[in-house]
Amino acid sequence: MINLRGTWAIYKQEVSRAWRAIFGTIVSPVLTTSLYFVVFGSAIGGQMQAVGGVNYGAFIVPGLLMLTLLSESTSNASFGIYMPRFTGSIYELLSAPVGVAETLIGFVGAAATKSLILAAIILATATIFVDYSIAHPILAVCYIMLVAASFSLLGFILGIWAEGFEKLQMIPMLVLMPLTFLGGTFYSIDMLDEPWRSVALFNPIVYLVNGLRWTFYGSSDVNILVSAGSTVAFLVICIGVIAVIFKTGWRLRS
Amino acid sequence: MEPILDIRGLTKTYSGGLKALDAVDLEVRRGEIFALLGPNGAGKTTLIGAVCGMVRPTSGSIRAFGLDLKSDWREIRQRIGLVPQELGFDIFDTVDRQIRYSRGLFGRASDDGRITEILRSLQLLDKRHDQIRKLSGGMKRRVLIAKALSHDPDLLFLDEPTAGVDVELRRDMWRLIDQLRDQGVTIILTTHYIEEAEEMADRVGIIDKGRILLVDDKDAIMARLGRTEARFVLERPQQSIPEALQSYHVSLHDEGKVLVYRGGDGMGKGKAEIAAIARILIEHGIIFSALDQKESSLEDIFVELMEEQAAG
Repeated sequence: MINLRGTWAIYKQEVSRAWRAIFGTIVSPVLTTSLYFVVFGSAIGGQMQAVGGVNYGAFIVPGLLMLTLLSESTSNASFGIYMPRFTGSIYELLSAPVGVAETLIGFVGAAATKSLILAAIILATATIFVDYSIAHPILAVCYIMLVAASFSLLGFILGIWAEGFEKLQMIPMLVLMPLTFLGGTFYSIDMLDEPWRSVALFNPIVYLVNGLRWTFYGSSDVNILVSAGSTVAFLVICIGVIAVIFKTGWRLRS
Repeated sequence: MEPILDIRGLTKTYSGGLKALDAVDLEVRRGEIFALLGPNGAGKTTLIGAVCGMVRPTSGSIRAFGLDLKSDWREIRQRIGLVPQELGFDIFDTVDRQIRYSRGLFGRASDDGRITEILRSLQLLDKRHDQIRKLSGGMKRRVLIAKALSHDPDLLFLDEPTAGVDVELRRDMWRLIDQLRDQGVTIILTTHYIEEAEEMADRVGIIDKGRILLVDDKDAIMARLGRTEARFVLERPQQSIPEALQSYHVSLHDEGKVLVYRGGDGMGKGKAEIAAIARILIEHGIIFSALDQKESSLEDIFVELMEEQAAG
């Protein structure tokens, strides 16, 4: 039988850890994203042409939200599981009556929750600087939750894989951030000339950014079903990888 | 009575080829304090890890509370507590929150009264809202114990519980272990301090190079392998051992100036024989000016076993 109290204990502990580090987990990303809104939304955005009928300041809101979601979901979950490994307190988790499901729901749920709170704050903050609307609010929330969960799972894998803080930062900083910047956060890939437009289609983040942008403005550079489908597929792959990690004990049990 | 822990043929070979456990068979009885002794790298922590879920055994079986660890791991883990050797926790968290976390993790409902009781028994009550990083090393170790006790385990593993702690804390720990035994908790402790095993344990197991060399009641080990040693310093050197002492385990040393007795059973026989030897010496007019007597400790027995093992 599933250990619901164990799941709740992990979840509560992780959320409480984030609350203790509120500057790093909430204040810092909100401030950074707000600066993007100020610079690219208010200051420069006023001088830019509308993109696909959406004014530039509003156009970048989903992309910036996705940028924060990806980096925060990944780093929250990776830190969440890496810290017990680093401090040695992982022994307690491994010796407790909690299986892969409870562990994942606890850690990934907490990381995703933090990302959702962050997303809500960022969207609220964005209203101060830019005028935007959300065409499909329920789908937007669902999509944000899907992305937060998927990248929290990725973060969880990274937290198990990493053998030091440097490796922990490697994928978010060297892979996710560049791909997000090049994934249509600040522009529509339709604005790119060939062959760069075709090259951009190989960037998976393009599908994520456009998926979220569709929920905001009803238009997208790519097929929305491909966006949603690939995100779900990514989530399933991550769960599969984690199941294998727990089954083999890789980097967890000796 | 069925053992609370029953290990059969447990082997662990690490990927580098190191065999940390080699076909270990071990039974631990309900309600006892079992001390597992062994030098560094003997396999003590690996054995605990295999039972508690940190180590994946290569082969063998582990049963606890009559259940199989492979299939009934949830039920078993719910009833096991572990105090690890290394201090490992979120040092920025508070004592209270960490203990609540541990209790929840093991599936127990929150219980303020029980948590207060545990904190009080470990003299942590006034520290409950302190961050762990602000506590002394000894207090941090108490927190680890509180975490392990938070879900009221029936079987408690203490991996080197008093390593690096001061004498006062060590005595406190011994008292606590005694209390837990009185409450019916079965305790398995690994230790370097043989004195600790001698003081606390009902039964002792000696492990080296992944193999269990000996498991027995502490008193039985002392009786079987314990020795008493006495050194009689003689006023006049003797050329030979008097006929009347031939039946005792005595020998002459230092050019006949010291008569050494080694014998007994660690349970009083040695003392009686020393008294008899003293009487015989006096009867034979052999005057001794000093007498040193020493009972062999569990440590002597342990060292002797290790030396025998090393000699092959």
